[in-house]
Amino acid sequence: MTKGFTRRTVVGGISAAAAGAGLGFAPASAQTASGAPIRIGEINSYSRMAAFALPYRNAIQMAQEEINAKGGALGRPLEFVFRDDGSTPGDAVRVAEELVTRENVSFIAGTFLSNVGLAVSDFANQRKIMFMATEPLTDALTMAQGNRYTYRLRPSTFMQTKMLVEAVKARGIKRWAIVAPNYEYGQSAAANFKKLMAEATPGFEVVTEQFPALGRIDAGATVGALAQSRPDGIFNVTFGADLTQFVREGNTRGLFERRTVVSLLTGEPEYMIPLGEETPEGWIVTGYPWEQITDPAHVAFVNAYRAKFNDTPRLGSFLGYVFAYMSRDLIAKAGSVETEALLKAFDDMRFETISGPVTMRGIDKQATMGAWVGETTLKGKAGAMKNWRFEDGAKYMFSEAEVRAARKG
Amino acid sequence: MDLSFIVIQSLSGLASASSLFIIASGLTIVFGVTRIVNFAHGSLYMLGAYLAVTIVPMMLEVDRSLPMFLLGVLVSALIVGVIGAGMEILLLRRIYKAPELFQLLATFGVVLIVQDLVIKVWGAVEIPGPRAPSLRHGVFIMGERFPAYELFLIGAGLVVLAGLWLLMQRTRFGVLIRAATQDREMVGALGVNQAWLFTGTLFLGAFLAGLGGALQIPRVAINTQMDISIITEVFVVTVIGGMGSVPGAFIAALIIGQLQAFGILIFPKITLVLVFLLMAVVLVIKPWGLFGRPDAAAGRAILPEGILSLKRFGKGDNVVAAVAIAVLLALPIFGDNYMVKVGIEVLVLALAAFSLQFLIGVGGIVSFGHAAYFGLGAYAAGLLATKGGLAMEPALILSPLIAGAFAALFGYFIVRLSGIYLAMLTLAFAQITYAVCFQWVEVTGGDNGVVGVWPSSWASSRQVYFYLVLAFTLSAIIALRHAIYAPFGYGLRAARDSAVRADAIGIDVARIRWFAFTLSGAAAGLAGGLYSFSKGSIDPTMISIPMSVDFLVMVLLGGIQTVIGPVAGAAAFHSIKDFFMPLTDFWRLFLGLSIIAMVLVFPRGIAGAASLLGRRNTPAPGPAPVGSSP
Repeated sequence: MTKGFTRRTVVGGISAAAAGAGLGFAPASAQTASGAPIRIGEINSYSRMAAFALPYRNAIQMAQEEINAKGGALGRPLEFVFRDDGSTPGDAVRVAEELVTRENVSFIAGTFLSNVGLAVSDFANQRKIMFMATEPLTDALTMAQGNRYTYRLRPSTFMQTKMLVEAVKARGIKRWAIVAPNYEYGQSAAANFKKLMAEATPGFEVVTEQFPALGRIDAGATVGALAQSRPDGIFNVTFGADLTQFVREGNTRGLFERRTVVSLLTGEPEYMIPLGEETPEGWIVTGYPWEQITDPAHVAFVNAYRAKFNDTPRLGSFLGYVFAYMSRDLIAKAGSVETEALLKAFDDMRFETISGPVTMRGIDKQATMGAWVGETTLKGKAGAMKNWRFEDGAKYMFSEAEVRAARKG
Repeated sequence: MDLSFIVIQSLSGLASASSLFIIASGLTIVFGVTRIVNFAHGSLYMLGAYLAVTIVPMMLEVDRSLPMFLLGVLVSALIVGVIGAGMEILLLRRIYKAPELFQLLATFGVVLIVQDLVIKVWGAVEIPGPRAPSLRHGVFIMGERFPAYELFLIGAGLVVLAGLWLLMQRTRFGVLIRAATQDREMVGALGVNQAWLFTGTLFLGAFLAGLGGALQIPRVAINTQMDISIITEVFVVTVIGGMGSVPGAFIAALIIGQLQAFGILIFPKITLVLVFLLMAVVLVIKPWGLFGRPDAAAGRAILPEGILSLKRFGKGDNVVAAVAIAVLLALPIFGDNYMVKVGIEVLVLALAAFSLQFLIGVGGIVSFGHAAYFGLGAYAAGLLATKGGLAMEPALILSPLIAGAFAALFGYFIVRLSGIYLAMLTLAFAQITYAVCFQWVEVTGGDNGVVGVWPSSWASSRQVYFYLVLAFTLSAIIALRHAIYAPFGYGLRAARDSAVRADAIGIDVARIRWFAFTLSGAAAGLAGGLYSFSKGSIDPTMISIPMSVDFLVMVLLGGIQTVIGPVAGAAAFHSIKDFFMPLTDFWRLFLGLSIIAMVLVFPRGIAGAASLLGRRNTPAPGPAPVGSSP
């Protein structure tokens, strides 16, 4: 079925040539995009991580309609081709192969879990095709295991931890307890926290560390173990169902009283909504206070999203929307969908997004996308963020020397 | 560590133990009577929780009081009980006569279906349940605050234990349950209506699972992964306690609760391993668990599952095999990259499935943890190639040797057991292997695994690698097939069919089973090594329970009574998955339905059905028809 030219590749080729030739003629007449679509392969855990992935896909589809109504890219419409990665690296790599071989996608993107992201990144390196990792947070993706075909959008574990350390170091707290899920994300977040806090606070010590297995925290025992070491501050990395259980148990037992709690990602609606009226007061978190952001472009996005899906946006929605527009701008600048042209255009490219300008730093292919840092609070029966500010990711990147040391070649 | 802390921590342990016991008691009763290992027990638990977060708030609307809360919990548990009874009538009743493995797979199909239905009905976002009125606060115990609801849970566990004791000792239904647990054929022979007994038992078991789930809503956020995270733990409890024993489940739950409460203080990082280590140790010392008894039917002559008689290839079979090999040889020439990749995966899975069939069909050793050896081979190859600096060729040669060495080590303990306990010990070793790979980040890369496992440059083209895989898998399958037809295979089947008689004619049963286990582990390890180089990475999902289940499905799909069936099963299974996954977010639903349909319609698998039709055929769908290669 794939012998020779399919109709699509022929038409696509011709219209790409036409678009290239037509650039000089200012294609203002083409209000809606025509011709063969530019296809982008989107791989994500739509079935197992649906809480994140469905709002993410919704926003991409919404952006796709908007973009195509405004003329697409290079005069061609964009088409995102979605595939489930089965939440395992093995399935993800096979699906990536299918997208590249059978669907003729120009590049691949997405993934949620860090291990899936790393496997797809390595596949991209082998097949010499661009991979835009949107969600996976592991530092390894842009550092020790980085490669020239893999770019990442979200601020990494290191960047988000550094933002939190900056926010809390003025309090001078020395005795810390750490609770983190026992897998790569939790362990590297804990390691980053220890390193950064030790630099920032003299006399910093970790009095206990708890590493419950992901998805099966024994909350009572964990809270007991933390309380017993009498820390003054707690650094939390658990999320999702583990977090809700931990917070409930901690609230009842008074673990968080008179203690400073610093917590990764807890302010994101994905994790805050399930906390509901249990949302603790005054945790220092990274998150997404979507309802309080007044930037007009962002407000327009929120309104459009709510009108279209009758639901509030999640961080995944924000990310998907930004990602879709970045894809359009990237293709427009590259002037082609050839991998080498895309890579050349992407390095150090500056984008305007609904959260402000973002640069794709060329040296480690990590975007300077920022994050919102603030405190949790209870508004009525739901959690919210207060005293937040937007932290530009550019201030929190690994130094260029660290990047050079980590990325060999 | 002061005294108040020890008291509080052990109370926490008791609360967890109590929740575990309520759920595990249901599983153990169901197993005792029906002899079905109900994978779907975790799904029933999850349904109980989801129903409760829907029903309890409605009850609390009426009156915000503890009795209304409890009423809501009971109603949810009763509904789950009815669902369990429905499952018995619609599904389980049709497969009591089927081989044990089929029953297990059918319940696993239910797990997949329930997962997707729950997402469809309640959505994927986790739901926080309401707190129990008048049990929201903390109670001061020795100066420390302890949640009142946890104290209530401890009480609930004791109430369930007492209630079950009364039921078992004082009612006719309880007497029948105990009788059936001891010897269900005899109960049937005495004229007890088994249909009603079994339906009632499933109702009771499901009710307990639902109750366990519904009682969790004030503690945990209800989420779609509750089923899988509880089921392994509940298995451990029932196995340690002895399958079918309620007091055993209670003691085991107590031990595990305390082990976890205090274990995390000493070993905060190896929580996953502890319980499985405990299970392995208990099974090695007491093969039927703490309170379990050997199956009364164990000594009776039953028709073994697996290959009954060996047939040589006839003329037609040889032609089919030759055509299949010719098609495979030509695949890289006419197929695109993707087809070649799927072809590689099918070949690798075929070898893994064939090695499992070697254990199950020939040796009667039902392994629930075959992915361990597949994964060990993959990790050996991957780690040697990336961290050990070895080239692909020596890494590929070492991978079956290392996997075989681990299979020899684990197998030494495993082959001494039989039946469900043997299966559970294989599962325990697989989970220990999984946990070590998952949590030992420094060496294995943890859940991220290791990337950059690519073939040597001469084999880096996908087409060349395909031929390499074809050569390896084909020779391994032919070698294993040869072992089946050799005296070794006959001896192994003799040991399977009657250990006593085999022993009497001079076969060293334990040793021959141990050799078979090692050989099969090595073959799976080779498949794992080939797989890791084709994918470019290794990660713990290769060792996980779903992977082991996939292998089992392939064997059963292909036909447990045939030698070559699993190869066809691997091809068909992989094609089905590959076909459904891109089409829909609900691919698990379709997979689950396919598994159940297969169990009900083709209990003898593809190859079995094909030979019934008088011809051996290749399975219809799929890019890589490797149907009947030898």
